[in-house]
Amino acid sequence: MATIKLDQLTKSYGPDEVLHHISGDINDGEFVVIVGPSGCGKSTLLRMVAGLETVTSGEISIGDKMVNEIEPADRDIAMVFQNYALYPHMSVGENMAYGLKIRKTPKDEITRRVNEAADILEIREYLGRKPRQLSGGQRQRVAMGRAIVRDPKVFLFDEPLSNLDAKLRVQMRLEIRKLQKRLGVTSIYVTHDQVEAMTLGDRLMVLNGGYVEQFDTPIELYERPASIFVAGFIGSPAMNFLTATGGDGLVVLDNGTALATSLKTSGAVIAGIRPEHLIQDPEGVLPVRVEMLEQLGANTLVHGVLDGTDTQIVASVTGIQSLPINDVVRFSPAPDELHLFDAKTEKRLS
Amino acid sequence: MLKRVHFPTSVLPYLLVAPQIIVTLIFFIWPASQAMYQSMLIEDAFGLSTEFVWFENFQILAEDKHYYDTFWRTIIFSVCVAFLSMSVALFLAGFAERVVRGAMTYRTMLIWPYAVAPVLAGALWVFMFNPTLGIFPYLLEFIGYNWNHYLNGHQAMLLVILAAAWKQVAYNFLFYLAAMQSIPKSVIEASAIDGAGPVLRFRTIVLPLVSPTTFFLLVINAVYAFFDTFGIIHAVTQGGPAGATTILVYKVFNDGFVGLDLGGSAAQSVILMILVISMTVIQFRYVEKKVDY
Ligand SMILES: Nc1ncnc2c1ncn2[C@@H]1O[C@H](COP(=O)(O)OP(=O)(O)OP(=O)(O)O)[C@@H](O)[C@H]1O
Ligand SMILES: [Mg+2]
Repeated sequence: MATIKLDQLTKSYGPDEVLHHISGDINDGEFVVIVGPSGCGKSTLLRMVAGLETVTSGEISIGDKMVNEIEPADRDIAMVFQNYALYPHMSVGENMAYGLKIRKTPKDEITRRVNEAADILEIREYLGRKPRQLSGGQRQRVAMGRAIVRDPKVFLFDEPLSNLDAKLRVQMRLEIRKLQKRLGVTSIYVTHDQVEAMTLGDRLMVLNGGYVEQFDTPIELYERPASIFVAGFIGSPAMNFLTATGGDGLVVLDNGTALATSLKTSGAVIAGIRPEHLIQDPEGVLPVRVEMLEQLGANTLVHGVLDGTDTQIVASVTGIQSLPINDVVRFSPAPDELHLFDAKTEKRLS
Repeated sequence: MLKRVHFPTSVLPYLLVAPQIIVTLIFFIWPASQAMYQSMLIEDAFGLSTEFVWFENFQILAEDKHYYDTFWRTIIFSVCVAFLSMSVALFLAGFAERVVRGAMTYRTMLIWPYAVAPVLAGALWVFMFNPTLGIFPYLLEFIGYNWNHYLNGHQAMLLVILAAAWKQVAYNFLFYLAAMQSIPKSVIEASAIDGAGPVLRFRTIVLPLVSPTTFFLLVINAVYAFFDTFGIIHAVTQGGPAGATTILVYKVFNDGFVGLDLGGSAAQSVILMILVISMTVIQFRYVEKKVDY
């Protein structure tokens, strides 16, 4: 078990810097999810921790030991790959035993640990099979098994669930979570799926274009997003953004509507409000012209524009609602749920 | 229900396959049958009369100690050529993956030997190993080793093995490179994380995963060493000294065109033909079989 420390990590491919000064500490036994859009550098960061990519500058430490120059084999980590990367010519049992054999673990110890891991993951009956004789979900379990038999200091996951169907994904997500809690191994998990990130992570590192936007708990990300990017990325459907002008205790939207806030701001600001924080209210200050309804059963998503502008607004109202299309419905923002961002820096105005 | 299409009978399909059939007949079937016929004839010493003797030529071969020697020599030669060229190719392909700068040059250079005609390849090696002019005998002299493949049969054998293997390395390299590139990178990375160093990775992951290619190349290289090395041997040693590098194909040529024993030579070529057919069958069998991993 170990802590992981990232200090001013930078990665360049030739002249292109793809990761910029990434810093962050991961506590012992913590489950950290790296989340961000495709191409933001998540895999690269994870592979640097694994030792599969060189570090351009900065430092990575695992358990107080600087590992920049240490081979993957000697970092005492285990990694689960997106395509599982099972050894095709070995049986499931051999796949799981491979790392132990190389580390010269005694035979009976190997057998014991493989069987134990196989029991945890319920793959005991497949031990004799080759990977190609398994379904995607079973292969995923074998990949997990191969990681846990080694009893490493750190687990690394690179989108391990993205090749599974939706239902299996949800199930495996819970299992990974339970397993990690049970084993208490420090873990880093990469995904581009914000729901997966929110449900799995103790803390989330949100990456965008090679920068850390925010590194915090899921609740904090949801309640106090540090930037417009995080605000828009976390939560579904995404937050509504309205351009506005700052003032003392209020912001004024482009259509003249004033929204109350506890902050004193000035200049151009962006006001953000989550769809679930728009409350249908005949007296509401936000007139929305309905364009489309999405009936999800438990709630209804109202898509429309802020009346008189072409700013898109999505509101989530509970239950099944049938609002007439093209009518104006008024909403008011829930108190204290307004997020304000600087229009230029796109950072949160706290 | 399946709809069956009926084409009107016409000569067109026959015309289309005709060139292939004619080529096969003229260049393969006809000479093969001639060889079979020849192998059952014995000509008298002056070439004035021939006699049809059924399998007597084969019987003579079966009792000929020289023929057995040649057979063994051919096997040793083939095994050495195949082993040498395949292991060098495997080694080079293993490194080609790691070469970053100048990877294209590295690969192109390795493929060139394949484009060199066998006789030229042979001439090249003859020149390099010429006992009086060549660079290698000169260098070997420094460590007190006397090289003269015109006199020393073992050295001559070694030289033709080297030359023949060198020529085939490029071909094997291409196949191994392709096979290695089809191994997912993450599998190699997984084994690196599991604790395997480069050598262990190569041995436990890469080697087993390219084994289908190895089997395929084994047959190809054996066929090559058996039949396609005539040019090289002819250019390098002419089968000598004292027959030390005479392999089966070379003996066919030697007995037939030099010794003018046409019947015996034809019988040998029939045996070779049977060998190549059986190797081809083995290969097809193997290629058809699903790869087992
Ligand atoms: N070997 C490489 N050479 C050059 N650029 C690379 C290389 N590998 C990755 N990159 C670049 O680095 C950036 C980050 O890539 P990375 O694979 O880490 O993205 P990612 O966040 O994992 O995306 P995804 O969600 O699609 O997997 C990308 O812009 C990519 O083009
Ligand atoms: Mg990725």
